[in-house]
Amino acid sequence: MISIRNIVKQYAGHRALSDVSMEVEKGTVFGLLGPNGAGKTSLIRIINQITAPDSGEILFNGEHLARHHVERIGYMPEERGLYKKMEIGEQVLYLARLKGLSRAEAIKRTKYWFEKLEIQGWWHKKIEELSKGMQQKAQFVATVLHEPELLILDEPFSGFDPVNADIIKNEILELNRKGATIIFSTHRMESVEELCDSIALLNLSHKILDGKVKEVKNSFRTGTYMLDYEGNKINAASGAPFTVLEEHIHDAIYRLKLRMNPGTRPNDVLQYIMPHATITHFEEVIPNMHEIFVTTVNNQAR
Amino acid sequence: MNKILLIIQREYLSRVKKKSFIVLTILVPMLFMGMFAMIGYLAVKGDDLGDVKKVQVIDESGEFTNKLVSSKSVVYVFNNENFDTARKKFIENGYTFLLHIPPASSPAPIELLSDKKPSATTIETVETALSNIAEARRLKAAGIDTAVLAQAQKRIEIKAKQITDTGEKDAQTYTAYAIGFLSAFLIYICLFIYGTQVMRGVIEEKVSRIVEVVISSVRPFQLMMGKIIGVGLVGLTQFALWIIISVTLSTVGGSLMANKMSHRVEQVTSASNVKAVKKVQTPESSMSIIKESIENIPITYTVSCFLFYFLFGYMLYSAVFAAAGSAADNETETQQFTIPVTLPLIFTFALAQSFIINNPDSSLSVWLSMIPFTSPIAMMIRIPFGVPAWQLGLSMLLLILGFMFTTWMAGRIYRVGILMYGKKASYKELVKWFMYKE
Repeated sequence: MISIRNIVKQYAGHRALSDVSMEVEKGTVFGLLGPNGAGKTSLIRIINQITAPDSGEILFNGEHLARHHVERIGYMPEERGLYKKMEIGEQVLYLARLKGLSRAEAIKRTKYWFEKLEIQGWWHKKIEELSKGMQQKAQFVATVLHEPELLILDEPFSGFDPVNADIIKNEILELNRKGATIIFSTHRMESVEELCDSIALLNLSHKILDGKVKEVKNSFRTGTYMLDYEGNKINAASGAPFTVLEEHIHDAIYRLKLRMNPGTRPNDVLQYIMPHATITHFEEVIPNMHEIFVTTVNNQAR
Repeated sequence: MNKILLIIQREYLSRVKKKSFIVLTILVPMLFMGMFAMIGYLAVKGDDLGDVKKVQVIDESGEFTNKLVSSKSVVYVFNNENFDTARKKFIENGYTFLLHIPPASSPAPIELLSDKKPSATTIETVETALSNIAEARRLKAAGIDTAVLAQAQKRIEIKAKQITDTGEKDAQTYTAYAIGFLSAFLIYICLFIYGTQVMRGVIEEKVSRIVEVVISSVRPFQLMMGKIIGVGLVGLTQFALWIIISVTLSTVGGSLMANKMSHRVEQVTSASNVKAVKKVQTPESSMSIIKESIENIPITYTVSCFLFYFLFGYMLYSAVFAAAGSAADNETETQQFTIPVTLPLIFTFALAQSFIINNPDSSLSVWLSMIPFTSPIAMMIRIPFGVPAWQLGLSMLLLILGFMFTTWMAGRIYRVGILMYGKKASYKELVKWFMYKE
């Protein structure tokens, strides 16, 4: 869908993007992650052709990114808003027509979306008379009305209450099921694990990590497991196939956090414990995205 | 191109639909007409307004007795009461003023007494009346015939003629003054009003954070030009409506006034008050002169020039205003950028009233009418006095070039500025922004 190749963007005082490349597959949800000031917004603005890169290129479905592509992209920036004195119906129509829709088509689709999000009664209200959640819904409608193939959402859930955030999240997933590719930039790692197929992590203008969420997580496995057992306390002798990292007892259940020795398999651990106790729980500890994010960024800072 | 039309449409409609636009459009011509009607009314009927002032005159010199002629607003009553007793009683007796004229030999001054402060016009009326009588008496004493004197004192009126290729024509200097001043004033005011509207629009888009959504669909330059053109059209609409409303009002009102006036002249004539008739006729004859001189002005030419200078002057300045707006988060922050560019405007307008209008062909005037930032005002002052075609052409060309250059510069600052939230920009930063590649 989008191929980003060797993008460099230099501002007067600092470098926003240094030789950044990544690939966004068609039909996926792609998470663009990174701490503040990493270059996410700069990259998003380049994809939206709000600014141009100093060097490097972007391909949209294999074509060089050009002006007419903006009509196939929907963008909801982090800093977003609407005209305060304009009726929301008119406003959504205006933004949709700027994306190339005819007036009649825009009216039809706006009605559809307003009904779907239950804001149809607010067509003639001015933005300043609406609640924040209502404004956000209208903003979302304006972003997706022209049925973009690529949807770019910068911190889409900021400012939403949990109920509305859920509504919008489900709408995004539905659009994705219908074929839209979604690039979505956020700090909220739990939503990344829930929504994203692939991610790229930017820090200090460099891409430091990318790939499918599953693969990224696999590459961060450390052979750490969590094991619960009942019975007498086991003192792992020197012959044990693992080292104990932490040990707790709670309601007569022992919990071990252990790291396997190189070359051993989970079954070796179970076989070692089984003769002495009853195992109630055994699970691999896979780092979550939040830990991966923090570890990677901190490693680079060091 | 289609998109820029959409932007123009939105900018235009959102402003034209505003209550303030409608109110201003109707109110301004009404105010002007009301003002003119008031002036006309006062000119015709002024004498009838205000209270009649009764003046008790004690003339101890005897020189003025029964010579002061009462008018509608001032009535003189002569009696020879003792000054000191009159002084105490004149208000009780129903007089507003007590005029005391001491004997000719006395060094005491002539006094006008009242319980309130007399208005300047009242004092002047009485003074003039007394002086005229005294003057006539002294002339007579010196053996000069007042009729001969009046003949000798007749004012000379110059008829200014301008020599052109087609022969002589009346040089309507005063009309040129008025037209030049009025159009320069309108341009000056409108550049500010509509330039500021553009700036406010830019700030509004930036503060409400809609700008990033919009420029993901259109180029920043399109957004800026759409706004400038949209607001410019609002300005033109306002002019057009003002003209239509004023013409309608003045045609209707004018015919009403004319009826009343002729009616009044008849009335006065029948009263055989020669002096009053003269008074009323004077404004009528000067009106016909004004009418004649307006007909002598090439209206299409002047109006076209006005529209040209308004439109391009406005676009030049509003581009600067747009750039200033993009660099700020609120209106007060924009002042550091707008003041240096509006100074030439204010400076030219100040010069226009005093220097250019009196020396329309001096080299300073010519230069000011060439420089794009000052030409909209300076040239509009000069046009009614006649400007060589090459100067007008050059000035227009320079204004168009100036407009293109300014818009290009403003566009480069604008595209960066609108995305800089919550940052107070300095000139140094503007230069940086200007240098950024796209």
